[in-house]
Amino acid sequence: MEGKKTPLYDTHIKYGGKIVEFGGWLLPVQYSGIIEEHKAVRTKAGLFDVSHMGEIWAEGKGAFAFLQNLVTNDLADMQEGQIRYSPMCYKDGGTVDDLLVYKYSEELYLIVVNAANIEKDWNWMVENAAGFAVALTNKSDETAQLALQGPLAVAILSKLTDAPVSEIQYYHFLPEVMVAGKKTMVSRTGYTGEDGYEIYCAPADAAELWEAIMAAGKEEGILPTGLGCRDTLRFESCLPLYGHELSAEISPLMAGLGRFVKLDKEAFNGLEALKAQKAAGLAKKVMGLEVTGRGIARAGYPVKADGKVIGSVTTGSPAPTLGKNMALALLDAAYAEIGREIAVEVRGKDISAVIVAKPFYKRG
Amino acid sequence: MKIPAELLYSTDHEWVKVENGKAIIGITDFAQDQLGDVVFVEVPEVDTEINAGDGLSTIESVKAVSDAYSPISGKVIEANEELSDAPQLINEDPYGKGWIAVIEIADENELKELLSAEAYEKLLSEEA
Repeated sequence: MEGKKTPLYDTHIKYGGKIVEFGGWLLPVQYSGIIEEHKAVRTKAGLFDVSHMGEIWAEGKGAFAFLQNLVTNDLADMQEGQIRYSPMCYKDGGTVDDLLVYKYSEELYLIVVNAANIEKDWNWMVENAAGFAVALTNKSDETAQLALQGPLAVAILSKLTDAPVSEIQYYHFLPEVMVAGKKTMVSRTGYTGEDGYEIYCAPADAAELWEAIMAAGKEEGILPTGLGCRDTLRFESCLPLYGHELSAEISPLMAGLGRFVKLDKEAFNGLEALKAQKAAGLAKKVMGLEVTGRGIARAGYPVKADGKVIGSVTTGSPAPTLGKNMALALLDAAYAEIGREIAVEVRGKDISAVIVAKPFYKRG
Repeated sequence: MKIPAELLYSTDHEWVKVENGKAIIGITDFAQDQLGDVVFVEVPEVDTEINAGDGLSTIESVKAVSDAYSPISGKVIEANEELSDAPQLINEDPYGKGWIAVIEIADENELKELLSAEAYEKLLSEEA
C-alpha cells in the first residue's frame, strides 16, 4: 500500500487500526469496528487522527479582503477566536472546496481545508491572491490534528488542561492551550454532529497527545475511531463531503448550503453565477432519502421515479444510530420534495425509498 | 483466526461442512474479519441450481458489497433466513449460526478440490 503517513501511523498500528489508503494517505478505516466506534462517539467519546487535513495561513493587511472575496460566507463580523464554515467557489458557482476560517486577528487567519484538496486549494488561493496585500503559507505538513468527539469530550479534555476548554463556545477556539504539557490550539468544532474538539499541535507532539487523551478518557469509555465511522457520523448529520455532496458540478446552493452563501456580499468568486442559479431556480438539489425496501443505497446508484432516472446517490450507507439505511442524493428539482416516494436501483433491482428531511440525526 | 479442523475450505474464504450428501456453506473467520461489521445479507433462493464458482450470497458491510461464492455445484435446499434480521451472526458465529446455505452435493469429486484446514491455514499465512 502506498501513501503518506501521518505522525500517528505507528500509534494506529499499536491500537489495532486497519490501515487503508485514503486520498493518498495511510489511515485507519476502523479499529474495533465501524458500528461500535460510531456508537462510542454518539454516547461517549472517540478520538480521530485528522492530521491529513490541510492548514493554510493568510497574513497581511489584505487578508480579510482576500478571504472575503474567496469564500461565499460573510466573514465581516467575525470576532477574534471565532470560526466560520464556508464553501469556496469557482466563477461559475461550482465548488472548489468547503473549509473553515479561523480568525486569529484582523491580519491573521487560518484556513483549514479538506485533505484531498490541499494542492488544488493552495494553487487556487495563490492564483486569487493577486492584487491583495496577503501572504499565504501552507503549513499542512507541519500541523497535526486530533479530533476528540462525543458527549464526554469536554470532561476528558478538561482533565488534561487548566485552560477553560469547557467554556469555549461552539465554533470558537483558544489559540494557545497547554494540553498534557503540549502546546496546542483547541477549537470547539467537529465533523460528527456531536460536541467535541479539534486539537491542533506540532507533528512531534501528536503521538504523546493521543496517548494522554486515550488515558484520560479510559474511564469514560473512549475509543480510537477511524475513517469509517467518521463518514457514517457526518452522513447521519447530513454534513457534506466534498466529492460527493459538493463538487465542481455541485454548487453550495444545490447542496442545500444556501445559509453559507451570502448573495448580498459585495463580491466573491461565483457570486454572479450563484445569483443566477437562485433566480432561475435550482435544476438539481441534494436531498435526504430513507430506504424503505430491503437493501442499502450506495454512492453512484441511480434514483428513479415515474419510470426514469431522476438523479443519483451521493452518499449512502446504513445509519447506525437510526437503525435504518439512508442516503443523500442529487435529484432533479422537480422531484425534490419531502415525502415523495422514489426508488433506488441497487445492483439492477429497484428498492423503494422516500425523500425525508435533513438532518437525519441531531444531537440533544 | 479460527479454522475448525473438520471443515473444508475454498481459496475464496468459504467453508464447507459435509453431512450425508449435503454441504453447509458459510464464510470463514478470516473473511468476516476482513469484511468488518456485516449489515446486510442476501441468501440464495431455495431450489436454485448452482455451479461451483457461482455467486451464492451478497454480503454487505458498512462500506462495501462483497460476494460469497459456492465452492461446489448442486441445488440449494436450505437458506439461512435468520441472516435477514441478524446479519451480524456472520461476524459473531461464522461457522455456526452464521451459516449461509445448504447445498445438495451434485458431484462428490468436487470436494477433492477444496482445501483442508491445514492447507487453508497455510494459504492465510501466505496472504498475510
